[in-house]
Amino acid sequence: MTHIQTLETRDLAGSVQNGGCGECQTSCQSACKTSCGVANQQCEKCGEEA
Amino acid sequence: MIHCYQLNGYNIVLDVYSGSVHVVDDLAYDVISMYEGRSADEIVAAMLEKYSGQPEVTESEIREVLESVEDLKAKGKLFAPDAYEHLAFDFKARNTVIKALCLHVAHTCNLTCEYCFASQGKYQGERALMSFEVGKQALDFLIAHSGGRRNLEVDFFGGEPLMNWDVVKRLVAYGREQEKLHNKKFRFTLTTNGMLIDDDVIEFANKEMHNVVLSLDGRKEVHDRLRKTASGKGSYDIIVPKFQKLVESRGGKGYYVRGTFTHNNVEFTKDLLHMADLGFTELSMEPVVCGPDEPYALTEEDKPILFEQYELLAKEMIRRKKAGNGFTFYHYMIDLKAGPCVYKRISGCGSGTEYLAVTPWGELFPCHQFVGDPKYSMGDVWQGVTNTALRDEFKQCNAYARPGCRDCWARMYCSGGCAANAYHATGSIKGVYEYGCDLFRKRIECAIMMEIANAGLEPANKE
Repeated sequence: MTHIQTLETRDLAGSVQNGGCGECQTSCQSACKTSCGVANQQCEKCGEEA
Repeated sequence: MIHCYQLNGYNIVLDVYSGSVHVVDDLAYDVISMYEGRSADEIVAAMLEKYSGQPEVTESEIREVLESVEDLKAKGKLFAPDAYEHLAFDFKARNTVIKALCLHVAHTCNLTCEYCFASQGKYQGERALMSFEVGKQALDFLIAHSGGRRNLEVDFFGGEPLMNWDVVKRLVAYGREQEKLHNKKFRFTLTTNGMLIDDDVIEFANKEMHNVVLSLDGRKEVHDRLRKTASGKGSYDIIVPKFQKLVESRGGKGYYVRGTFTHNNVEFTKDLLHMADLGFTELSMEPVVCGPDEPYALTEEDKPILFEQYELLAKEMIRRKKAGNGFTFYHYMIDLKAGPCVYKRISGCGSGTEYLAVTPWGELFPCHQFVGDPKYSMGDVWQGVTNTALRDEFKQCNAYARPGCRDCWARMYCSGGCAANAYHATGSIKGVYEYGCDLFRKRIECAIMMEIANAGLEPANKE
């Protein structure tokens, strides 16, 4: 393998400019109800653009 | 900050503040792990010594790796600085709007689950059903305080919400009427133990509920041990066929079959696989939330077993996906390309600010897990949030609020964690529930590893 392979990921620093609309789901409302994780939340804007 | 770990044969480097994920060979793993605070010459010397038995690892090879590291650093994909702290406080300090309610339509239940954090639906209080008038006022309150937010979430929760089904249906109809008038979109969800599911519930839920959460703990003997009817009989045989019927007719709409694992079934992977074998594909399984003295509370001795279980689960999910019979596990869902923005990642879960729980009497609490604790009463659906000091305290709950999170690589994934868990474990909403954090970190490590494996990348070392 090559020494370093980089996965395609969302540019977090870039999302400072285009994020923060707040339309995404509340963190623990959908399934767990007993812990907080935001990693599995979807960005509403990204979904619209896709 | 970076986090380097090895899992399932992969060497993984996570760059915390850019969100970048790198899969590296052994040499790059060692170089990156010792990169900070050392000169290039020091790293070269250390690597030549470590790899002295491998002639293919030459000085030029090591310097090539160092160049790649420098290149990624220059592109902001490795050792990216933390530039978000001021945003966490600015973002929450501004006027927040309310976008989600947990409506406790029934503080009563037809099961007597021993581990229930809501103490069999009563939340340490009286049994009660929410009236339509209270629920209607709650929806009006939500619309009035939602500012420019279009998507509004309302979860019908309990106790057992199907014990007040008629009110649920009327509130959905009212919400649908109001959303047109106010340019809003209600996303209704339902969390149920399944006992009262019938054809009417199935038809209505499949038409109106954006998501349905179905409580099942897994194998029959595990489920029936704690999820019993008032007469002490297990509920598995009653609910499983109902859940299967509901899911089969759901037409691809969202649902989760959600379980709780305890000290009694630390091998919870068996329960998840059992759910999958029953035909369910959207699964969630949570560690029990309870005091440490309960006989089913998770122990320190359970922790390594749980870690192993999470790894086993991840590997089995990769295998099943390849075989064409994959399933989703809520905590392993991670969208690296279109996941949450920085604001979402750092601003906390929203409890007490964007998200509130409403009791059957219309009283407001920061979230469902605080209901029944008089110290956390925030107001009501008529007066709104009157305990603004408490709201402001919750506004300050974010990924930067807890000193215990300062050095944690996972805080961009948990947003500082659950305020209720922190409060129950430490007495402060700004505390840290260490046990939950340990499990959370393991889950994120597994989730990222699965993304790598599912992308078809080969591991550096075969396990």
